[in-house]
Amino acid sequence: MDMKTLYLIVPLAPLAGAIIAGLFGRLVGRTGAHIATIAGVAISLIASVLVFQDVLAGHTFNGTVYTWMALGELRFEVGFLIDPLSAMMMLVVTFVSLMVHVYTIGYMHDDPGYQRFFSYISLFTFSMLMLVMSNNFLQLFFGWEAVGLVSYLLIGFWYTKETAIYANLKAFLVNRVGDFGFILGIGLVLAWFGSLDYATVFAKAPALANETITIWPDSPWMLMTVIGLLLFVGAMGKSAQFPLHVWLPDSMEGPTPISALIHAATMVTAGIFMVARMSPLYELSDVALSTIMVIGAITALFMGFLGIVQNDIKRVVAYSTLSQLGYMTVALGASAYSVAVFHLMTHAFFKALLFLAAGSVIIAMHHNQDIRYMGGLKKYMPITWITSLIGSLALIGTPFLSGFYSKETIIEAVKLSHLPVADLAYWAVLIGVFVTAYYSFRMYFLVFHGKERFHNAHHHDDTSHGQDDHGHHGGTPHETPWVVTGPLLVLALPSLAIGYMTIEPMLFGDYFGNAIYVSDRHPVMNELNQHFHGAVAMGLHAVATLPFWLAVAGVGLAAFFYLRRPDIPAALSKRFAFLHSLLVNKYWFDELYSFVFAGGARLLGSGLWRGGDQATIDGAVNGAARLVGRVARLFKAFQSGYIYHYAFAMLIGVFALVTWFARLN
Amino acid sequence: MSDHILSLVVWVPIVAGVLVLATGSDRNAPLARWLALAGSLLGLIVALPLATGFDTSTSAMQFVEKAPWIPTFNVFYHLGVDGISMPLVLLNSFTTVLVVIAGWQVIQDRVAQYMAAFLIMSGLINGAFTALDGILFYVFFEGMLIPLYLIVGVWGGPNRVYAAFKFFLYTLAGSLLMLVSFVYLYYQSGGSFDIQTWHKTTLGMTAQTLMFLAFLLAFGVKVPMWPVHTWLPDAHVEAPTGGSVVLAAITLKVGAYGFLRFILPIVPDASHELAWLVIALSLIAVAYIGLVALVQADMKKLIAYSSIAHMGFVTLGFFLFNPLGWEGGLVQMISHGFVSAALFLCIGVMYDRLHSRQIKDYGGLVNRMPVFAAFFMLFAMANAGLPATSGFVGEFMVIMAAVEVNFWYAFVAATTLIFGAAYTLWMYKRVVFGTVTNPHVEHLSDINARETLLMAVLAACVLGMGLYPKPFTDVMHVSVVDLLAHVGQSKLP
Repeated sequence: MDMKTLYLIVPLAPLAGAIIAGLFGRLVGRTGAHIATIAGVAISLIASVLVFQDVLAGHTFNGTVYTWMALGELRFEVGFLIDPLSAMMMLVVTFVSLMVHVYTIGYMHDDPGYQRFFSYISLFTFSMLMLVMSNNFLQLFFGWEAVGLVSYLLIGFWYTKETAIYANLKAFLVNRVGDFGFILGIGLVLAWFGSLDYATVFAKAPALANETITIWPDSPWMLMTVIGLLLFVGAMGKSAQFPLHVWLPDSMEGPTPISALIHAATMVTAGIFMVARMSPLYELSDVALSTIMVIGAITALFMGFLGIVQNDIKRVVAYSTLSQLGYMTVALGASAYSVAVFHLMTHAFFKALLFLAAGSVIIAMHHNQDIRYMGGLKKYMPITWITSLIGSLALIGTPFLSGFYSKETIIEAVKLSHLPVADLAYWAVLIGVFVTAYYSFRMYFLVFHGKERFHNAHHHDDTSHGQDDHGHHGGTPHETPWVVTGPLLVLALPSLAIGYMTIEPMLFGDYFGNAIYVSDRHPVMNELNQHFHGAVAMGLHAVATLPFWLAVAGVGLAAFFYLRRPDIPAALSKRFAFLHSLLVNKYWFDELYSFVFAGGARLLGSGLWRGGDQATIDGAVNGAARLVGRVARLFKAFQSGYIYHYAFAMLIGVFALVTWFARLN
Repeated sequence: MSDHILSLVVWVPIVAGVLVLATGSDRNAPLARWLALAGSLLGLIVALPLATGFDTSTSAMQFVEKAPWIPTFNVFYHLGVDGISMPLVLLNSFTTVLVVIAGWQVIQDRVAQYMAAFLIMSGLINGAFTALDGILFYVFFEGMLIPLYLIVGVWGGPNRVYAAFKFFLYTLAGSLLMLVSFVYLYYQSGGSFDIQTWHKTTLGMTAQTLMFLAFLLAFGVKVPMWPVHTWLPDAHVEAPTGGSVVLAAITLKVGAYGFLRFILPIVPDASHELAWLVIALSLIAVAYIGLVALVQADMKKLIAYSSIAHMGFVTLGFFLFNPLGWEGGLVQMISHGFVSAALFLCIGVMYDRLHSRQIKDYGGLVNRMPVFAAFFMLFAMANAGLPATSGFVGEFMVIMAAVEVNFWYAFVAATTLIFGAAYTLWMYKRVVFGTVTNPHVEHLSDINARETLLMAVLAACVLGMGLYPKPFTDVMHVSVVDLLAHVGQSKLP
């Protein structure tokens, strides 16, 4: 088969599935819907594997599928760029998506919106693939917004749930703030490069490296800095970086499978992918890179803190996702793009695993998500338990597991970075290791070990009881069906081994080749390479590094607090009530935004409407109307009804006209 | 016949309208409806050769017809289309079919008159889009308002007289000033009402400036531009659904069309000189009106304000003086035709069932009307400018064009990404999502076959144009580039 056909099959197969399940859902039924969509994604995965092999054989592709719009020479196209970066993303997206599709059969089993759900997640897969396969900024933006749309639809999937439809609106609008910057960045690219095609833009970038633009009178900015920062605003929205992070925790209102697929493994990493893709531009601006590193460091550390006090099982994982996205962003700032993408990949597997495992627990707990009402589930749910443990160990960076390789390399890269902000970022990511280990195992111990507290849960009024209620309350919890545990087991494999297997070719080999560009001024990767002596050596060497012991300390403290002395964290939260309240209230960002932006916009809108439109403009118009009325009353006096009055007026008129014409000639 | 395509495009709907009117009282309502549908379809069919036979390689007027009308004053019956007007004629003929179908069951009172008004208006609007003679244009331009007044005034809501009067007052001042400008141009051009001759007529800066302001008022009211926009929300609120659809989809476009056919080519120097004014007003429309739309409690008012904001992109694009901006403005006009028509139809669907346009009376509609909710979602997203819908294309092009001219223009314009999404989706959330709180909503039925047909056709247009806008820009490009080159040359004596 022609390779171009194969490229087309990758996104179009899930789209076909989405259309079948979405438009003909009633016709094909529940089984038909999941067969169609799963088949679509499976075909897409197989095609992605074939494409990946082709890329490994050294073949890349950059070409147009169709011309979207043309204005003479200026062409906007839909096209594919198939290179090591996109090929890897295609694999991750289709693989996780397939697992989530299968898992959904079990998780959404009793949901009335079964077909709709499958249609959405397949549509998401299509959109995400179009995003990563794009060869130009326009299509990138298409995919960017399309995944945002599907995310919106899926967060609000249970549309009668007030918190869900609030969360999806919030997610969409916060993302739109990011897109606002993103589209301006794209505009600057088009204005200066005359094209939105990646290859053309990247080739031209060095020539424009020292170009400045005057955004504000008398203060020239480097063009690349402005473009880089504006594009990164988009990434901050999509990848939930501080201060646009507020939507991601709320997105947990959506069903768990999409939290795994969209809000952990794929969509939220689009920003990371984008910056890595734009490495030829970002390499030209240290200001942009430094900003990225600072934002990433803040996100990595401060969002991690929030994970410590969460009691909702999904929200703990969500804050962990935020924090890990921060790690990836820090790596981008350090010019370690390949490391960021590497962490993106390992994270996709173990975080999808953790979310799906959380979902499995949620099923067993009859959709109670509060970890204070769990405990001791290890013996009831052995597969969920062991896979959760693997996911958590991978997350905290246990040597030889996937997360270890990616996270450890990020920390090293930041340490080696020469950016002035790197010292600060280094401490943030280092402390973050301890925090991650602590909250991950706090959750792990509360869920799987200790006393069984779920018997008390039934009186607990949980507002999150949605339409997803499986309806069989009571009894002891039991392991979920194979469609749920199967994907957990499959995802556990890469969570264990993918880092060990791929670190060498991806980071220190020539896997990425020309797909990622690093300037000689940022030699972080070269320096890392000098310290790297193979994956085994790296794992063994770990016990001599600080991060390892920080992680051990985090796990140890969590074990001590939540298995031995649960009274201590309780006492601490009372002792440091303000600090606790700060974390529980997420630094009051939601309140601040809701007051300043949502409230402010409505106040301003009201003011403009009543003060501007109604009082001033309509006031003037109605005033004019009244004036017309008054003048009309005045003229009414002339309408006497006497014929000789009219005749007289007519005579005067004729006289005036004749005079005028006479003067004209 | 093929030499008279434009005459057919103008007169077929008008003749059909007169025939519908002849069916008389409501006893013959079914006949009036079918006749109106046949007339509107015929009107669309005779317009199709404009698309199929259009030569995209020239900016010259095509399908030209010219005959003396009032020889004493050199007034001609002169019709023709270029890449700018042709898509608008098709949009108008297409929309007419939709409004006839939309009024099928809803209008039970004076059916023949209602249908006739729309058909006659359709013909007159086609006349305004195709007229190449100033007086002919003026007759069509003013004439189309009469059916519109009647539609609002007869089939409108309780406050229809105020709305119609306000509209009248706004329009009057501008129209008279435009007529004065036409007479002045007649003398300056050596006794011609030919619009293309006017394009070549040299004019002094003072005359250009005065005429610019006169035209700006005449066409700005129609667009409508801030601050002469307040008639639109009132007119929409009072108008029946069909009236709102035509008002939003077509009538506003006549105003914007005036910018390209009259203002920019006839007074190019003043246009360049005063571009800042139009750009400022357009940006106010985008940001100010976006915020005002946010706080509307009435859905029709909300969409009306959203229309003003979206039309702000059109006028902004025109005064950026580059092909991307102009074609973006034109694409935005057509897209807005689809999207606003669809949204007003959606509100009509709800109003027909619940007799309320207030957002607070709804909530949880998706529980009872899932198919409707899906269509409404698509159109809401198109209104918010989501890529792959037509709403994205024009906004994208204009923002791109604005960055090239001045970053801050683009900055303000791009706020539509946030405001547009905020007011549209917040309304959608309150109307469609959630649990049913109003017991009346509990008894609503989903859209019927007729309504589904309308929604599906518009959905196809919105998606089709969003996924493949190339045919539209192909039609416009040569005309736009040549006109831009013309506008780039000074006309000062």
